[in-house]
Amino acid sequence: MEFPKDLKYTKEHEWVKVEGNIATVGITDYAQDSLGDVVYVELPQEGASVTKHEPFGVVESVKAVSDLYSPLSGSVTEVNDAIVDSPEAINEDPYGDAWMIKVEISSDSDLGDLLTADEYQKFIEEEK
Amino acid sequence: MVPFAGWEMPVQYTGVIDEHLAVRSACGLFDVSHMGEIEVSGDSAIDFVQFVMTNDIERIKDGQCQYSPLCREDGGVVDDTIVYRFNIDRYLFVVNASNTAKVLDWFRQVQKKEAFPDLFIEDLSGIYSQIALQGPKSAEVIKSLLDLDPKEIKTFYFHMGLLNGEIEALVSRTGYTGEDGFEIYLDPADAPAVWQALMEAGKPFGIAPIGLGARDTLRLEMGYPLYGHELSDEITPIEAGLGKYVKFTKDFIGREVLERQSASGTEKSLVGLKMIDAGIPREGYEIQASGNSVGTVVSGTSSPSLKAGIGTGFVTAPHKAVGTELDVLIRGRAAKAQVVPLPFYRK
Repeated sequence: MEFPKDLKYTKEHEWVKVEGNIATVGITDYAQDSLGDVVYVELPQEGASVTKHEPFGVVESVKAVSDLYSPLSGSVTEVNDAIVDSPEAINEDPYGDAWMIKVEISSDSDLGDLLTADEYQKFIEEEK
Repeated sequence: MVPFAGWEMPVQYTGVIDEHLAVRSACGLFDVSHMGEIEVSGDSAIDFVQFVMTNDIERIKDGQCQYSPLCREDGGVVDDTIVYRFNIDRYLFVVNASNTAKVLDWFRQVQKKEAFPDLFIEDLSGIYSQIALQGPKSAEVIKSLLDLDPKEIKTFYFHMGLLNGEIEALVSRTGYTGEDGFEIYLDPADAPAVWQALMEAGKPFGIAPIGLGARDTLRLEMGYPLYGHELSDEITPIEAGLGKYVKFTKDFIGREVLERQSASGTEKSLVGLKMIDAGIPREGYEIQASGNSVGTVVSGTSSPSLKAGIGTGFVTAPHKAVGTELDVLIRGRAAKAQVVPLPFYRK
């Protein structure tokens, strides 16, 4: 299982890539593996605001429904509509093609508690 | 692995969709040893069996099996079962793992209340493992192990024979997937060897081990009921659309209620729903017509064969006709669905 070093992670199994004031968000390899075959994804509209620790969307596997939790607060600048049509991309390439949303980080959003790749890996080992 | 009724059960091996499609196109192997087995025997066995089941065991011969709900007086379902008829004095009920104790208790209550002389009811769940081989290639796979040409075992018949020339087994041409296939009952001590032999024999045909996840999507595509969803103590077989397994030509527990429902209809009925809008119906979701609640989803998934959201639910009488458009309330959003005939999947 892969956890790229240049990404930050949350305990809700999302990853974040921060570039300037834009954060790209997706779910981790561990998350897609635990879910199994992803068959449906629901994402917010462009321009919607998302709130740290609050759901911003939903992924569904054949068996179950799971909320997607936003790692930070801000407004959505871009949505990856391609994965709505091909949700299997989330299983195939969770850190690449299957990014979910890009968020303009609000000035007061706290990124300090995001985990590094090593911290996240340690966290999921303890969770197992 | 997940715990289920005291068993550790595999939800998936490689992935629900791959496993599902393997069974539809080639074959798959299921460890369903959790299923319960109850033997009923003795001079009054046939009278007892006829009294507790809604289907008619006199319509089948020795060596055949039959599906039937088991009802209480109010028509509510204790469990649904496959009954194996060995001879007029001996029957094996295969029941759901989570209901085995309940069915045993129910049978003993009935035995006590009514006079059934010389009747023996025995829980044999511990001495049987069950392996299901399902899919269009099943007969070719089992052929090399079985002491009989599988052609000789017709649908809903069974054979008491030997696997690999030495392992005693009951082999029936039954299943829970809608595909051709066999269910094999054997001594738990022999089960691992038979599992491995079948995996080996199935290799050239693309056999795959199948978990509970795909077992559920396969049965739901066929519209087969799963106890706790389409059937329960509060649901009758008539409401669940199982009228063809209820025979009023004989007497049985629950007959009065079921006969009335059969004649004058029920308030709610089970329907199949196929999503028109995007979304997946899930157990517990509300079903609406013009913004009013008319029912509840009891099973739902994304169908790997149809690549669409499908589900079953109970709706009130005016909304049950095939073709009716209804809404499924998915996270507060009304998503359009249509009432379709069962099974969802046809070859």
